[in-house]
Amino acid sequence: MNDPGPYRPLTYFQLMEISLRELLVEKGVVTEGEVAEEVEAMRKRGYERGARVVARAWVDPQYKERLLANGTKACEELGLEIPALKLLVVENTPEVHNAIVCTLCSCYPRMLLGIPPEWYKSRNYRSRMVREPRAVLAEFGLDLPAHVTIRVHDSTADMRYLVLPMRPAGTEGWEEERLAALVTRDSMIGVAVAKGPND
Amino acid sequence: MRSHHDMGGLPAGKVDRIEHDYADWERRVDAMGVVLSRKQLLTVDQRRRAIEALTPQAYDQLAYYERWVIALGQTLIQRGILTSAELAKKMLEVEKRG
Amino acid sequence: MAEPRFQPGEQVRVINALPLGHVRTPFYIRGKTGTIERYCGSFPNPEELAQMRDGLPAQPLYRVKFRQQEVWPDYDGSPNDVLEVEIYQHWLEKA
Repeated sequence: MNDPGPYRPLTYFQLMEISLRELLVEKGVVTEGEVAEEVEAMRKRGYERGARVVARAWVDPQYKERLLANGTKACEELGLEIPALKLLVVENTPEVHNAIVCTLCSCYPRMLLGIPPEWYKSRNYRSRMVREPRAVLAEFGLDLPAHVTIRVHDSTADMRYLVLPMRPAGTEGWEEERLAALVTRDSMIGVAVAKGPND
Repeated sequence: MRSHHDMGGLPAGKVDRIEHDYADWERRVDAMGVVLSRKQLLTVDQRRRAIEALTPQAYDQLAYYERWVIALGQTLIQRGILTSAELAKKMLEVEKRG
Repeated sequence: MAEPRFQPGEQVRVINALPLGHVRTPFYIRGKTGTIERYCGSFPNPEELAQMRDGLPAQPLYRVKFRQQEVWPDYDGSPNDVLEVEIYQHWLEKA
């Protein structure tokens, strides 16, 4: 239960939100229940579904090929409900590192990763990631050697992107659930790698 | 002329890796957009256009969901789902209620 | 649906126009030359959807791969680094 804290007058924007919602409800356009249900659904949606997809791709090479060929279909195969998601999965290898940005707004595979982090939507990330990815990744603690090619994907239109990070060494024989716990949200955006077995 | 939101490649500072725990009102803004899109009463494209129409100053100074609630309101008015007058009346009413 | 005109591997250039309205071709990529990476499918035109029209007929969308050194004259990274951007067909011409 949220503690509302000390009394603060409504900001203009909070006032706007309440007003829009009440008008929409009064007009029968939406119900309070529909809005509350969606808030709940969004709250529950972290990045576990993305991690599940990655873990499956790590253990099943044929699944991985299907995932890379058609991300949406491969997610549906796992029974994931991903309405309207047109997913494109890009694979990290020892020679290639992928990273995702939306320079124009904040497009993000929300059905798999939840709500994007504030920094993903920030001016600095959106401006610089296409222009100097190596410097930005270094700020995230990821220093990639020169022989690794960087592919930056600008999510400008209808596709949404998921990076398939490399499976960490020392995880041979691990089952999917255990592997999924190593997959971080940032590794699926491409600003980090997956956690190692001893991290 | 380059649009203010179209910022790919412009010089900018270090990425501040803040994470933000969203307030309930912010989640509701997001949820309303999703519900209305699902009902095909507006599109994300319309809302994006409304955000892009903010002044550069507003775009830079407003927080993410502050921009989105403005965009939502503008789009609903443009679509005739509500009018400016209705919104004005409602906002005054809500403010008085506290 | 407008017919897809480009094939993967084909060289294309992004039209260097500065129109008004809601456009999903970033400023930084206009006028640049790249290669079709894939055809993503055809979708209602977001430029029209933004104007409360239905965006039909659906327009072909491609991912186009650009060498970073082509896009930024002073790019400071590997010569193999690339930038991949989704661009609608009507923004592309044969290079």
